[in-house]
Amino acid sequence: MNPATSTSIATTTSVNATESSAVSGSRAPLPAVWRIALARGRVELKAFFRERQSVVFILAMPAVMLILLGAIFANEQTGHGVSVGDLYVAGLIGGGVMATSYQNLGISIAFERERFTLKRLRGTPMPPAAYFAGKIIQVIVAAIAETAVLMLIGVLFYHLGLPRSLAVWWTFTWVFLLGVAACSLLGIAASSVPRSAARNGVAVITLPFVVLQFISGVYVPFFLVPSWLQDIAALFPLEWMCRGMRQVFVPHAVALEPGQPWQPGQTALVLSVWVVAGLILCLTTFRWQNKRDR
Amino acid sequence: MNATGLAVSVQGLRKSYGGVKAVNGIDLGIARGEVFALLGPNGAGKTTTVEILEGYRDRDDGEVSVLGTDPRRGGAAWRARIGIVLQLASDAPELTVAEMVTHFAGFYPSPRRPAEVIDLVGLTDKARSRIHSLSGGQQRRLDVALGLVGDPELLFLDEPTTGFDPAARRAFWEVVHALSGSGVTVLLTTHYLDEAAALADRVAVIRDGVIVAAGSPADLGGRAVAEAVVSWQDDDGTRSERTAEPTRLVASLAASFGGEIPGLTVSRPSLEDVYLDLIGGQR
Repeated sequence: MNPATSTSIATTTSVNATESSAVSGSRAPLPAVWRIALARGRVELKAFFRERQSVVFILAMPAVMLILLGAIFANEQTGHGVSVGDLYVAGLIGGGVMATSYQNLGISIAFERERFTLKRLRGTPMPPAAYFAGKIIQVIVAAIAETAVLMLIGVLFYHLGLPRSLAVWWTFTWVFLLGVAACSLLGIAASSVPRSAARNGVAVITLPFVVLQFISGVYVPFFLVPSWLQDIAALFPLEWMCRGMRQVFVPHAVALEPGQPWQPGQTALVLSVWVVAGLILCLTTFRWQNKRDR
Repeated sequence: MNATGLAVSVQGLRKSYGGVKAVNGIDLGIARGEVFALLGPNGAGKTTTVEILEGYRDRDDGEVSVLGTDPRRGGAAWRARIGIVLQLASDAPELTVAEMVTHFAGFYPSPRRPAEVIDLVGLTDKARSRIHSLSGGQQRRLDVALGLVGDPELLFLDEPTTGFDPAARRAFWEVVHALSGSGVTVLLTTHYLDEAAALADRVAVIRDGVIVAAGSPADLGGRAVAEAVVSWQDDDGTRSERTAEPTRLVASLAASFGGEIPGLTVSRPSLEDVYLDLIGGQR
């Protein structure tokens, strides 16, 4: 009935089974995993939306950047009938998805580990799967909220046209979900990197994200990025997420795309590889306690 | 498995970190319903021992049984029967006390009522307050509530009153008394002697990874039968004498003074004397 015992050798499993049936006669069964997962999701969402730090730093930042960059470059035209504002809407939706997944999880889990939140949860009968399910629920809700806010700003201020065809929404959906999955897993893995969450956690998690935003077409239109930096950006998920969002929201900017435009097959492939790599990193590095805690 | 009536049984427990022997051969037996205190200076091996029992750490050697299960193989059903109050845990600052306790109750098969647990630790007034607004002592009481809400058979309290003011400590001790009255087994670690004396049925003193003495607080280290020191005043000033028979000495002094003995005191080594002696004057 619990995964930890099922891996042990047959004799101990049977001993444990007898023991637990002996004591569980009068005992209620453990609550279902999905129930605890939903409860975790609810608590994660409450904590996220009540925390000023996460709402300002994670949720509001991309919207502020969009308004700011859009205002600064309001009169810039790129030619081909594409305004810089349109490119920023698409780029910041990609950046916003990474902020609400990678940056959000990387920082929050680093703090949870340092403040013994994870250790305390590990000491209860809560199944680990429920913890991660709760994080997924929180990330997806925050990423949808983020994307909706950015789309709204785009429609109100930059004449952003929302896609009309179902096929384009389907592209949006899979780019969004694969991007959330890859960046969430990378965020969980990155949470183990800083030696101390309080001292340098935010910087260590955020620095690579800021660099990627500059070279992947979030803060600077991608066609302006030097090609050697474009090649580096193409190794990471953010560039492909932004490319997918440009395909969805500014398809008329196709002439500005460097090299082969869109490449949805390549996008799906790179993001899937990062999902697998992130999962392997998480499974091998995730710890419920700080190494130095003894 | 409960034939011995032991909630916790440990034999020959050993654990090293990079060649340093943190725990070096510990034997322990804690009866069901007992309040047992593990006493010792920082770095003596208290926390390592307790974390092995809680299933947080693996051991190098030894036999360990907690509620009839080896913590190495303790799954969710076993965790549902223990409660852990961590040192210095602080999290979920934006949730309220009631939300947090109710959330933790949801992990357990047959939890206690959250409102009842909040009341037990004296946080009813604060139930709707955000956790970040609590004082240090109130947060600690919340930690205790979270350890209790699953209705555990065995509760681990790791240095529970560090940072409490004296009134909060008294209030907390009352909570532990109430728990042990309801049959919960408690394993407490502390470096406060008065706390061990006030709460524990039995105390073990740990030093350099081994238990150097164990017994009730009253006769720890042979305190009850140790030689007493009788002191009194006479013409030469204060005099004192060590004796195994203080009553006889006092009687003979009374006879020689013909009544009241000036400045009479009879003392046995205090728990603190015994403790400092046992840990080798490390403090």
